[in-house]
Amino acid sequence: MGSLNYFCQQAINALQLGSIYALIALGYSMVYGVLSMINFAHGDVFMLGAFFCLLLVALVPVPFWLALIIVMGSTALLGTLIERFAYRPLRKAPRVSAIITALGCGLVIQNVTLGFSPYARRMPSLLDITTYQFGGLSISTLQILIIGISLSLMVLLDYLIRRTPFGMAMRAISFDRATVPLLGVPANTVITITFAVGAALGGAAGLLYGLAYPVISPTMGIAVGWKAFVAAVIGGIGNMRGAVLGAFLLGGVEVITVTLLPSTYRDLVVYSLLLVILVFKPYGLLGKPPLQKV
Amino acid sequence: MKNRLLTPALLLAGLAISAILPATGLVNDYLQFVLVSLAINAILCVSLNLVNGWMGEFSVGHAGFMALGAYASALLTVRLFPGAPPWLIFPLAIVTGGSVAGLAGLPVGFLSFKTRGDYLAIITLAFLMIVKSGLENIPFTGGPRGLLGIPHFTNLPWAYFCCVVAFWGVRNLVYSKFGRGISAIREDEVAAESMGVDTRSAKLAAFVTSAFFAGVAGALFAHQLQFINPSSFDILKSTEMLVMVYLGGVASLGGSLLGAGVVTVLTQILQPLGTWRMVVLPLMLVLLMLFRPSGIMGYSDWSWLKPRSERNPKPKPEPKR
Amino acid sequence: MQLPSRLFLSTLLAGGVLLTSCQPSKPSVKIGINAELTGEMPAVGASCKQAAELFVEQVNAKGGVPVGGTTIPLKLVIVDNSAKADQSAAAAQRLVSQEQALVLVGPNASSCAIPAAEIAESLGVLMISPWSTNPKTTVSSATGKPKQNIFRSCFTDLFEAPILARFAAKNLHAKTAAVLYDMSSEAPSSQAKLFQEAFEKEGGKVVAMETYSTGDRDFSAQLTKLSGSAPDIIFLPAYYNDAPLIAEQARRLGIKAPFLGSDAWSSPDIIKLDAGKNLEGSYFCNHYSPEGANLKAKQFIADYKARYGSDPDDVAALTYDAMGEAVGAVTAAGKLDRTAVRDAMSGTRTFDGVTGHARFDVGSRDPAKSAVIMQIKDGGFHWVATVEP
Repeated sequence: MGSLNYFCQQAINALQLGSIYALIALGYSMVYGVLSMINFAHGDVFMLGAFFCLLLVALVPVPFWLALIIVMGSTALLGTLIERFAYRPLRKAPRVSAIITALGCGLVIQNVTLGFSPYARRMPSLLDITTYQFGGLSISTLQILIIGISLSLMVLLDYLIRRTPFGMAMRAISFDRATVPLLGVPANTVITITFAVGAALGGAAGLLYGLAYPVISPTMGIAVGWKAFVAAVIGGIGNMRGAVLGAFLLGGVEVITVTLLPSTYRDLVVYSLLLVILVFKPYGLLGKPPLQKV
Repeated sequence: MKNRLLTPALLLAGLAISAILPATGLVNDYLQFVLVSLAINAILCVSLNLVNGWMGEFSVGHAGFMALGAYASALLTVRLFPGAPPWLIFPLAIVTGGSVAGLAGLPVGFLSFKTRGDYLAIITLAFLMIVKSGLENIPFTGGPRGLLGIPHFTNLPWAYFCCVVAFWGVRNLVYSKFGRGISAIREDEVAAESMGVDTRSAKLAAFVTSAFFAGVAGALFAHQLQFINPSSFDILKSTEMLVMVYLGGVASLGGSLLGAGVVTVLTQILQPLGTWRMVVLPLMLVLLMLFRPSGIMGYSDWSWLKPRSERNPKPKPEPKR
Repeated sequence: MQLPSRLFLSTLLAGGVLLTSCQPSKPSVKIGINAELTGEMPAVGASCKQAAELFVEQVNAKGGVPVGGTTIPLKLVIVDNSAKADQSAAAAQRLVSQEQALVLVGPNASSCAIPAAEIAESLGVLMISPWSTNPKTTVSSATGKPKQNIFRSCFTDLFEAPILARFAAKNLHAKTAAVLYDMSSEAPSSQAKLFQEAFEKEGGKVVAMETYSTGDRDFSAQLTKLSGSAPDIIFLPAYYNDAPLIAEQARRLGIKAPFLGSDAWSSPDIIKLDAGKNLEGSYFCNHYSPEGANLKAKQFIADYKARYGSDPDDVAALTYDAMGEAVGAVTAAGKLDRTAVRDAMSGTRTFDGVTGHARFDVGSRDPAKSAVIMQIKDGGFHWVATVEP
């Protein structure tokens, strides 16, 4: 009974971690889908989600749900600003320039935040958390909330992509960006909204992560955001379902690794897994190779 | 005939100056430190430029090669041959560091056959993380707490010498048959292949050479700072290298020197800003990409750096119509 | 963008390089502070900086440091090491080569102090670490013998860990203990290992040794494993920023065992970060206690409080003493020469500071000092016992 308990407990830990990764990974995949670019700044948008919450609650004490909505709105706005001023001018430039700009933007965001807050901060607790214990298993309302909210947002996104005209436009643009405007679809608007939605999800992830692990620091973007990026790549970057698959897979692998080996092996296992998967499936588990015109 | 001997003579003079200067006391400890850092950064920059500039790929993981070079050389001087005389062990350490890194360049080179662009970036990133995490988990290398007690072998003459060798090596590679293949890959890989360029050898040559020199820089770095740990070689270090390349100029030897110089000096001057100084470099990177993506000296070079046959090619006369 | 820009840029480069090597020339006793002002443990760096600045103000108010017949003003140069090992080494390099510091004080965290000590040792500059407890700081990694130039103001883990082990066994009646520590950090690692040895010598049994890395935020996997072995106490030699987080997650997982801490807990910020009061009632080891203060300490506490509005913690008190030791060595040397100052420090046998009486045995770089056991209670630290060396 003891080891079943243990296994279930670790499974819950993995689910929580995977849910947060999934929210972030979706942002990466969405942007890659429409623009074929890796938005390296996304990890830092996630980080800002937590910091915006900190700032917000310090100024105006708001209840959890309101904070979540405001934070998601703020990061959405940030995402659109980054797209408008840093990425849009480079639409016609070689891919390398766009990636480097993204990397640069992410680092600027991180280091500006470091400038304002050179050390870790305690996240305010927005909720009263009760822990339920049954049969030796501990589940807290926080874990249930995180998993619940993440899953709901994912389902919402899936609906958005598959059942709405906007989603259809998004998928059209990722298929062939050049032709879509000819068909009367406002490509720029769709792209901007895609960024906004992706960033909003990232911001939500940041807030939830901050609640689960209440000490936040500006270097969170690299630590957590990049893992989510790996998750998106493992699943097949550009593919929404792949991102979610990759995220939960990664969460599970990380938890298993820390159980069996010292925690310093975590990164090693994660990135080796990435390499192995890419060697055998160069476009990720669910990804498809892009057509290359000669 | 006189011209042929001029460049080597100047270089040797430079070596002599670098050896004598510290002894005269004209150059204080700190200035020496800065100049050595500049040389190390220049080597890093030119090595990355080979892959990112001339070959047009996108490697984010060069800090991993640097790490391998640093650790390999440090383990040699600290664990295997402690107390050996510097003039004997240091060149051995540098070559070992470079070779270990170069060897690691092979698998990355092989992986680059199948993938390009974004995916290669991801693979090089994974490589960097694996090297960093691997080093954290091997007790022999000191684990996450790092390697201590590295003797201070790096001085101005050594740094200068390695820098000259690195630039000379890259220059010769770039203007050779391989080098033209490398540039062709940058322009259009498929076209190059169909024209008979052996892209595979070119890619391997580029990655291995690049990794070798990054490893050399790592060895110099370890023996300057006397202490290394895995977190010195993370994505931030790679970003520093990227800034140097894209600032100074891609596919340019002079640009590599320039980029390294500007970044090294800026890093020192901006110290008083504290944490805010770390905003400047990435901001520069973003502005560069928006306004001058190929860098200050992109794709061009000072003529004295190019081989004789490359300088000022005479324009061919227009055929009469 | 050819000739003009090349000229401009080379001038900029040359100018920059020359600028960086400019030196001011008035004589002063320069002490370089290598502190953790940003990064994982800014409270430690802040305490260190504030105590050093207070000391400098007080000395300069009296005219300066008496050196060979005259008084020379005391000057501080402060460099941030972001609580990172490689930056500490670079900071030490900078303080010695560029800033021309006579003596170095700090770093405090052992992970930072150890590499900085290597640099100071190879450059022949006296360095006193106020707070680093890992024995390796003052011992040469190559020869295993004590370094020539490195000293500390506090006791080492070799003294601290057995005290904690004995306290756990005798006062807390613990027969089994679990340990969770940061394996990528020097002080917690040495404290964990030495505690394990000492606890087993006391007849106890260490049933679990779990690790994490600096910067980890999720300890659920390790804590779940730990709870499976049902320990009587959990030894948690973590810095003040990690301990509350770990305690919170442990309680959330249903772990009821009490926590025992080391001197790494000693910043009062630990209480601020412990919103859920999960560390209430826990014991830890410290370098000094304001409650048991001697006369000098009482004066220091009053001055510090008047200047900064809060009580000094042990890092502040130890830094104040380190400054005192450094300046004492300069006075004893009689000249502003690094080797003479170092020799004078080697010749120091005792020092009476705000953290009590320190005895430096011949050839030892680590003082024999008393330790205190404290308890976190009612939002503050309370003195429980003092242990003499």
